[in-house]
Amino acid sequence: MSDKIMACRCEDVTVHEIEEAIARGHRDLESVKRYTGLGTGWCQGKQCARLCAALLVEKGGEPPSSPITPRPPYRPVSLAHLAQLSLQKERGG
Amino acid sequence: MTDALGGHAEVIVIGGGIMGLATAFNLAKLGQKNIVVVEKSYLCSGASGRNGGGVRAQWSSETNVRLMKESVALCSEFATQMRINVWFRQGGYLFVARNDARAKDLEKSVELHKAHGLRTRMLDAKQAKEVVPELDASRIVAASYNPDDGVVFPWPFVWGYARACAELGVAIHTLTEVRELLTEGTRVTGVVTSRGTLKAPLVINATGAWSPEIARMVDVTLPNHPHRHEICSTEPLKPFLRPLVADLSNGLYFSQSMRGEIVGGIANDHVPDGLNQESSPLFLQLYAQALTETMPILGSVRVLRQWAGAYDITPDGSPIVGFIDEIEGFYQICGFMGHGFMMAPIMGKLVAEHLLGKSTDPIFEHWNLRRFREGKLVPETMILG
Ligand SMILES: Cc1cc2nc3c(=O)[nH]c(=O)nc-3n(C[C@H](O)[C@H](O)[C@H](O)COP(=O)(O)OP(=O)(O)OC[C@H]3O[C@@H](n4cnc5c(N)ncnc54)[C@H](O)[C@@H]3O)c2cc1C
Repeated sequence: MSDKIMACRCEDVTVHEIEEAIARGHRDLESVKRYTGLGTGWCQGKQCARLCAALLVEKGGEPPSSPITPRPPYRPVSLAHLAQLSLQKERGG
Repeated sequence: MTDALGGHAEVIVIGGGIMGLATAFNLAKLGQKNIVVVEKSYLCSGASGRNGGGVRAQWSSETNVRLMKESVALCSEFATQMRINVWFRQGGYLFVARNDARAKDLEKSVELHKAHGLRTRMLDAKQAKEVVPELDASRIVAASYNPDDGVVFPWPFVWGYARACAELGVAIHTLTEVRELLTEGTRVTGVVTSRGTLKAPLVINATGAWSPEIARMVDVTLPNHPHRHEICSTEPLKPFLRPLVADLSNGLYFSQSMRGEIVGGIANDHVPDGLNQESSPLFLQLYAQALTETMPILGSVRVLRQWAGAYDITPDGSPIVGFIDEIEGFYQICGFMGHGFMMAPIMGKLVAEHLLGKSTDPIFEHWNLRRFREGKLVPETMILG
């Protein structure tokens, strides 16, 4: 059954895959993320990280001290937009 | 995780990155018993979990061409031997030159590649556009292309080594930090960790950008230093981009992963030296400007995530490998700049052979720390970032 439940919809990670990662000894959220790829897609974990953290604790893993390291940008931004930034001068050499 | 650590091992590897794990795996495979890997954080937390996964045999120095040719071959066997999908894709590397001087450098490398049996060839702008039709070829005078270079997905690569290590009886302790090295006279005898003291006659420093900190514990000054390198990936796209494209003039590189994302980075001179794994908006600007100039069609593609890791920079661009003359039993495998991931398969193998007295490869002479004292540097110029 758990092989049919999606935990991370962006990267197609199922609850079963997370259970398997935990069974293989990945006991902290950062490792499970890097083993399954959860939280690395479109929403960057905004939808799945909580569920996965809860699952991890339920299965005996380490309670995460923080959600997975949040990666900028907050929302997807186009390269054309980013190319128009002009931060260089402010920073100096 | 928090239980105490103690006792004796034969070999202690400090650092659970790709270098430490590849070394431990190859040692165990050759029959070495009682190996312990000590990692202060989780696996994939260092540069080995943060890199672009580029794997190429196109280099400017004979040594790197020779070693990387073997490493690419090892990468293509990795999935079947380690029973893990590492998403290896041989779409080639396309090095573009924007001026004649750079084109001449590439030509020289291509001659070297041919002598080593690589399929690298020089392309003019039109031919480069045949490989990547979306390139703005008006900005390119020539390119070198090796269709056998490729990219991997770094995470499963690390897990592959970790699992194989465990199967061969290597103990891997994560969330365990080395805080002191133990010595008796001029010989290293073990490590003091956050979880207790572990003794061993051989201690391997495989901590990458952190390696100068470890060496300093026995008053050895390494000449390498950490430097932040940033990278990002976009939303996934249908596969269209065959090679990894690299521009040595500004350090821009980008490729399409097997997951469909465009993954890439760029050199950034504004970054001060030091250990810093935070990402900056300035990087996104520099990368986006260079990328949309090179591939205008990518303007509408959105960046999903950016992150950073530490390059492990040496003064001559070559790594530091081998025993330290002053401290018996203390071995270095560090200083791999921004290309240590691709070198790990071959380096793990050679270092294990070296440690067991089975390799006489000239790198163990040329890449030893003592070269800096003797003034015999080993330059490499095809460095990205
Ligand atoms: C953004 C980026 C892109 C890159 N792109 C590429 C690429 O395309 N191709 C390529 O081949 N290479 C690339 N590299 C370089 C490559 O990632 C590194 O050369 C390689 O991963 C180095 O491996 P390592 O095992 O030496 O170091 P690391 O992976 O950094 O491992 C060192 C480990 O030591 C641990 N450690 C540190 N101090 C201690 C201590 N006191 N006790 C215990 N453990 C400790 C750290 O936590 C870390 O896990 C890139 C690097 C970055 C940052």
